[in-house]
Amino acid sequence: MSEKERSEALQEAGRVMTICNSCRYCEGFCAVFPAMELRRTFTDGDLKYLSNLCHNCRDCYYACQFAPPHEYNLNFPQAMANLRGETYREFVWPGFLAPLFKRNGLTIFLATLFSVLGVYLFARMKENGVENILGTWTGDGSFYTIIPEHELLISFSIVALWALIAFIGGIWKFWKTINPTNEKFFSGSGNKGALMDVLRLKYLEGGSYGCNYPDEKFSMSRRYMHHLIFYGFFSCLASTTIAAVMDHVLGMPAPYSWYSLPVILGTLGGTAIIIGLIGMIYLKTNQDQRPLAAEGMVMDYGFIILLLLVNITGLALLFVRDTPLMGSLLILHLGVVFAFFLTLPCGKFVHAIYRYVALVRHNQEQANRK
Amino acid sequence: MTKKNKPDLERTWDVLVIGGGNAALCAAMSAKENGAGSVLVLEASPKDVRGGNSRHTRNLRYMHGQGNRFLTGPYPEEEFYNDLLQVTKGNTNEELARFTVQQSNDIGDWMMAHGCMFQPAMKGTLSLARTNGFFLGGGKALINGYYRTAAKLGVAVSYETEVVDLEIEDGVFTSATVVHKGEKKKIVAKTVVLACGGFQANLDWLEEAWGPEARNFLVRGTPFDKGTVLRLMQNKGAVTIGDPTQGHMVAIDGRSPKYDGGIVTRLDCVSFGIVLNKNCERFYDEGEEIWPKRYAIWGRLVGQQPEQVAYCIIDAKSIDLFMPSVFPPVEAGTIEELAAKLELDPIKVKETVDNFNRTAGGDLSQFKPGDISDPLSTQGLEPPKTHWARPIDKAPFYAYPLRPGITFTYLSLKINTRAQVIMAGDKPAENIFAAGELVSGNVLGQGYMAGFGMTIGTVFGCVAGKEAANV
Ligand SMILES: Cc1cc2nc3c(=O)[nH]c(=O)nc-3n(C[C@H](O)[C@H](O)[C@H](O)COP(=O)(O)OP(=O)(O)OC[C@H]3O[C@@H](n4cnc5c(N)ncnc54)[C@H](O)[C@@H]3O)c2cc1C
Ligand code: SF4
Ligand code: SF4
Repeated sequence: MSEKERSEALQEAGRVMTICNSCRYCEGFCAVFPAMELRRTFTDGDLKYLSNLCHNCRDCYYACQFAPPHEYNLNFPQAMANLRGETYREFVWPGFLAPLFKRNGLTIFLATLFSVLGVYLFARMKENGVENILGTWTGDGSFYTIIPEHELLISFSIVALWALIAFIGGIWKFWKTINPTNEKFFSGSGNKGALMDVLRLKYLEGGSYGCNYPDEKFSMSRRYMHHLIFYGFFSCLASTTIAAVMDHVLGMPAPYSWYSLPVILGTLGGTAIIIGLIGMIYLKTNQDQRPLAAEGMVMDYGFIILLLLVNITGLALLFVRDTPLMGSLLILHLGVVFAFFLTLPCGKFVHAIYRYVALVRHNQEQANRK
Repeated sequence: MTKKNKPDLERTWDVLVIGGGNAALCAAMSAKENGAGSVLVLEASPKDVRGGNSRHTRNLRYMHGQGNRFLTGPYPEEEFYNDLLQVTKGNTNEELARFTVQQSNDIGDWMMAHGCMFQPAMKGTLSLARTNGFFLGGGKALINGYYRTAAKLGVAVSYETEVVDLEIEDGVFTSATVVHKGEKKKIVAKTVVLACGGFQANLDWLEEAWGPEARNFLVRGTPFDKGTVLRLMQNKGAVTIGDPTQGHMVAIDGRSPKYDGGIVTRLDCVSFGIVLNKNCERFYDEGEEIWPKRYAIWGRLVGQQPEQVAYCIIDAKSIDLFMPSVFPPVEAGTIEELAAKLELDPIKVKETVDNFNRTAGGDLSQFKPGDISDPLSTQGLEPPKTHWARPIDKAPFYAYPLRPGITFTYLSLKINTRAQVIMAGDKPAENIFAAGELVSGNVLGQGYMAGFGMTIGTVFGCVAGKEAANV
């Protein structure tokens, strides 16, 4: 554990962790402190684990008597966020994608551009491509007039599979690092506990009064916005899954009526996500900059904007599906959705993955302690 | 905050509160709620480090009839009062002591209504779980909550505003002179509450009271508690109580910053090792009592050693037995190497350790950390180590340098149960009130009881605010 080999972010995380471990006043805010207290010294793996256990609620920044300008210069959330950023690059699978985190804005921009272009070329390749795109289509299977069903299914399955495999690769690498005792990922009630924590977003309520976000006041707004996005996301996922089953298994081709289950779930979910994302943008742009890790902001906004585009184009499609705009919007929507899945493993989304894994570890650790 | 929120220092205020810690804020909120039209808080420090020593605290002791979500059981009046008599060895004003205990009854509810958040006792402090309410996030979070509530109530705050003079005629306060951003100003008010801590950050005064060794003391809390107002009041004829050489002093890590090192510099290792001075000699029984009880004695002991420094030496057997602290221990494979790293004479240190090891021990399986029934003591060593005396023989060896760290001083302004400052001739001042550390000597003549400093501030802060509002 030579100091020289430690990155700056690791060194700083180790430094602040040592101070906090001899103070512990923030014990009641979140999972990080009880996990910290199980240790006396901190390995690199410990620090990477703890940094992902931190939900960046900032309660411990404003509560800290050693925060800047104190000479200890203790900025706990910032140290955790900087290290977190580093872990995203370290654990991305396959590893050669790490630089994409550094240039995340460009990555997301280019991925979106090429995906939309790709879908467009796809549509063009079809017989009468251009006329199809500009035409007015209604009724069963109208989407497939623009994009061939089979190819659509295959390419989206592939990109979804890519994201899934990449996540599993990342989880595997991360788990090995933070779990030197080789406890099994699925052993004990770790996943059950973590799931409960996630469904409630427990650690976005700090010590039950909320985050100090965007500023020193305690507020549940960040938690509620996350809830909207979180449950909105699952609502959309359910919508897509049900639609896929109706379409490809039950033989009821899309689009569906306003009152069908996929459309209701999608509309509700999409609206929730849009409100949540706009809320997050508002909070982010109004936040106190001091506890912030500036490096992560591009990644945050890149993800937010792309997810916004997915949902806005999706909802817009509902409204214009009987007009000549449908073709272009469908291409745009499918393009951004494709880009969304494509960039999922190399962008902000991974915060949810690693936090979940860290929570599993935390729940196991605390259960073992008892 | 923005410019437009800056209070007007030219007008006449109803209640002026000097200080910006726990006692001051309790007084300000209480004054406002008891009908004061305008309340101004003067805090010497910048906003980022507001809250004096209060922002370093973590709990408060209060009387309560039953346990709750945070407290494990009741803490009745008699028990609280007896605890107080015991730690002060009776060196307390019984009327005020009784009053403090009674007024603290369920004060946690008042605190929560004013922005305090509690949590269950921290791990490792379970001995206080029944008697003391722990602040979620510690004292700074508490203070932040109080400032937010005070703002909502309409209390004005002026930061970086240090009081340097008070105008008092015939025991009646008329104005305070402050230095604000390099400029002298006179602030006029109808009543004043003094709540600006002890004088522990004033090295000149400490030297006056304790001698030149005080220069080497470390100040554990805020550099802003310099006792300016205490001295002013003394000069204006206020009666003081207590003795300037009384203070809460503990042995802390010698590498700590001069000011504001806070809780993380404390060291709990003394009872597991031996403590040497600069001359490589032991000077006191390290195993006399359980550590928290002896915590306060070691500050003074180290203060009496040459250059006010000492070194606690332990071995690999003990390194995990106490709370980690902020600085890593000095570590070495042999005692001689360790001594060299501490810039002590290796031969002498080795001799002291060997002497200790020869006389220490017994059945090591009987070792009971944190339990005074531990039977391991030295035989025929001077001074003895009467508990936890295990030989220091398992490498690696560790050392922590120790220095005296002063928490607060006890010298206080004498007050009555209305928190009025008592002036010469035992006359209570009409419109001068005091609270917090500045009056602690009235009830805590000596000794210390965890969480009681904040009790004194909260109780007398509330009383002083209410009385000031009703002058
Ligand atoms: C590390 C540490 C831990 C502690 N832990 C605890 C604990 O857990 N529980 C407990 O009960 N006690 C604890 N104490 C003691 C406790 O801090 C004090 O008893 C308590 O904070 C005193 O409150 P106060 O409001 O009187 O003074 P302070 O909180 O010190 O406030 C004094 C205020 O006055 C201001 N001031 C000073 N001079 C002037 C001036 N001339 N003009 C204007 N403003 C001025 C200062 O800036 C400061 O804001 C601890 C102390 C330390 C150092
Ligand atoms: S953030 Fe500050 S107050 Fe909180 S535990 Fe760490 S050192 Fe203590
Ligand atoms: S920012 Fe919040 S979640 Fe992160 S360590 Fe601090 S209190 Fe815990």
